Amino acid sequence: MSLSSRFENIELAQHLCGKLLEGREVTEETKHWLLMALREALANAIKHGNRQDLSKRIHLEMDVVGPNLQISIRDEGEGFDPAAVDDPLAPENRLKTSGRGIFYMKTFMDDVRFRKLEGGGMEIVLTKNLSSGKEKEGNRT
Amino acid sequence: MKANVREVQGVSIVDLKGKITIGSGDVQLREIINGLVDKGKKNILINMQEVTTIDSSGIGELVGCYTSVTNKGGKLKLLHLPPKINDVLTVTQLITVFDVYESEPEALATYAA
Repeated sequence: MSLSSRFENIELAQHLCGKLLEGREVTEETKHWLLMALREALANAIKHGNRQDLSKRIHLEMDVVGPNLQISIRDEGEGFDPAAVDDPLAPENRLKTSGRGIFYMKTFMDDVRFRKLEGGGMEIVLTKNLSSGKEKEGNRT
Repeated sequence: MKANVREVQGVSIVDLKGKITIGSGDVQLREIINGLVDKGKKNILINMQEVTTIDSSGIGELVGCYTSVTNKGGKLKLLHLPPKINDVLTVTQLITVFDVYESEPEALATYAA
């Protein structure tokens, strides 16, 4: 799906992700943290990627593939080097007011990958093992 | 996010309710705390009991508020941290930065000390 670069759409995406997980054996704990990671990734794309430019879109795909939930988020911004993001746990960064979003994504998901897109923009792919092992087919939203 | 400020024993207690997330509550939190600091309030206790969600932006504002109050010679402390918010502060090691209390009288007593 394609979303405008508004923070209000984070709630919509979280709602749809919750719907995708309905009927699956996912603990409330797992669901809570993966929805937070989704929130962080979308906020990052809207704020830092598209810089809230309403002419730019956020492209979101959510899939359950086998035991894993995979979320792909693409923005239309200039991209960034994830390796250049400061470590929020370093003492000199601990009291900074920003720079924790990617850390939270990495903490709460099993895998987080970044890819700078050739045509511009950045893709973040989040993966979480839903642990039940009973999911067999993908549902695309 | 909704907020109510009450004065108890020389401490400004800020009761927060709802979400402290990007575009919804994060800036509001900063404005409330800065407003108290501007009025010369130095003892601030944020009651998080009814905060349902916080994200990195909300955490950033909380840290910014802590720094603002501390730089003015004040004390900003937290009350009734919900478990999930406690977890979010713990993984970024911010739980060691804030004084956190489970009881309002206990928290108030620390300001008098």
